[in-house]
Amino acid sequence: MSKVLIPRSLEQLWQLQAENKDNAVFAGGTDLLVKIRAGKPAPKALICLDRLDELKTITELPYEIALGAAVTPAQVLASPLIKNHFPVLNEALRHLGSPHIRNMGSLGGNIMTASPAGDSLPPLYVLQAAVELQSAAGTRKLQLKDFIRGPGQTQILQGEILSRIIIPKEPVFSHHFFEKVGLRQALAIAVVSLAALYNLDSKQTVSAIRLAWGSLGPTVVVQPEVEQFLLGKPLTTTRLTAAADLLKQRIEPISDIRAGADYRRRVAGNLLKRLNPNER
Amino acid sequence: MLLQFNLNGKDIELETRSDRRVIDLLREDLNLTGSKEACGAGECGACTIIVNGTTRLACLMLAAQLEGCRVLTIEGLGGPDANQLHPLQKAFIEGGAVQCGFCTPGMLLTANALLQKNPAPSASQIREAISGNLCRCTGYQKIIESIQLAANAKPGEE
Ligand SMILES: Cc1cc2nc3c(=O)[nH]c(=O)nc-3n(C[C@H](O)[C@H](O)[C@H](O)COP(=O)(O)OP(=O)(O)OC[C@H]3O[C@@H](n4cnc5c(N)ncnc54)[C@H](O)[C@@H]3O)c2cc1C
Ligand code: FES
Ligand code: FES
Repeated sequence: MSKVLIPRSLEQLWQLQAENKDNAVFAGGTDLLVKIRAGKPAPKALICLDRLDELKTITELPYEIALGAAVTPAQVLASPLIKNHFPVLNEALRHLGSPHIRNMGSLGGNIMTASPAGDSLPPLYVLQAAVELQSAAGTRKLQLKDFIRGPGQTQILQGEILSRIIIPKEPVFSHHFFEKVGLRQALAIAVVSLAALYNLDSKQTVSAIRLAWGSLGPTVVVQPEVEQFLLGKPLTTTRLTAAADLLKQRIEPISDIRAGADYRRRVAGNLLKRLNPNER
Repeated sequence: MLLQFNLNGKDIELETRSDRRVIDLLREDLNLTGSKEACGAGECGACTIIVNGTTRLACLMLAAQLEGCRVLTIEGLGGPDANQLHPLQKAFIEGGAVQCGFCTPGMLLTANALLQKNPAPSASQIREAISGNLCRCTGYQKIIESIQLAANAKPGEE
């Protein structure tokens, strides 16, 4: 049995955390309440972040865009700012859960759950997002890739919350790509996903590229060697097939109820080939 | 805790545990058994309700989260008169969109939220909107047609 507390300001939140040592924060509860129902021990206090206006806004800063941790996927999808600057994030969240889950969940919750299949993670990796962590004592900022340590594990400290996700507006990439392979269209946890950002020069060769795969390893998988291999070359089917072969040699995919490692390895390579529009 | 919110147009106040699941609060404490529970884990949409204008799942909400909110359940869809049907309900009957009926309350509320935002949705927009509401009986086609029927009927009705 837990007491559910709903602070209306950050000051109130710090106070409630201090008064209730055995607590967990939640935003939508779409991860936490499912886990508690499945048997995870419930803390004495559940503190809901959903009414904290500071955590519910998307703000444009001079060089960055800051998203409050309790912003819902539906809110991100409705934001012209995100659609203009970060189509890759928009595309990834379009396929998260179902419309109801997208109304209830939060970006912060998706990051904190740090699931191998978390749909916001590959796009946030390629966008080189940072997370802002806040507590009664102050604020610190970490790169997302350094913040996430493993499935369900982050660098968050006792008494801290994830307050904002901060994404740099530059460098600008002309091509944003996200695809997720799941077992069906809606309500499908990723078997493998790929987020990609790239630029092509006047000769159609790759002048910059960032790639990140979801649901392939315990955390997001990046492969600088594969990126390097594609630099300075056009994204032809031949080149991408060779890059996919390189990738397949280099990865050790996870295996779970949704798919085995071999299938994941193959799908990860096939997603890479789809960077060529003729392969889609 | 003492919980206050607006339920189907009426302000209500009741004593409850703050971690009572909203689906239990509605069905067990308030006797509103129109909202259904199937999976209890966010997967099926049978427990869909509308909170402050957007769809939410009553199996994944705790009572305290309703404080001060406007809540619409299937019992309130037709308006204050319990015998009055909403155009969507009429269209579901006319279009044969109901078989066992277990998904129907959630489906109707989801469709209602869609039509509020988009009064003339395409078939693919309807499919997308109801993609979190599972139906084991109808194969969805008649549900989609009925939502379109209601969308077309609406201007004349209201
Ligand atoms: C039916 C269903 C389908 C789903 N499909 C997908 C899917 O396709 N893709 C996907 O990626 N996910 C999916 N999910 C998982 C989930 O919906 C998402 O991860 C969602 O973004 C979680 O957000 P939340 O606010 O609901 O998290 P919560 O449950 O509120 O929180 C999750 C965890 O993060 C912590 N937390 C939350 N916010 C903060 C914060 N600001 N600071 C510190 N800690 C915090 C909580 O303590 C908890 O441990 C699905 C879930 C369900 C039930
Ligand atoms: S019972 Fe709530 S989604 Fe299935
Ligand atoms: S009518 Fe039976 S589940 Fe939809």
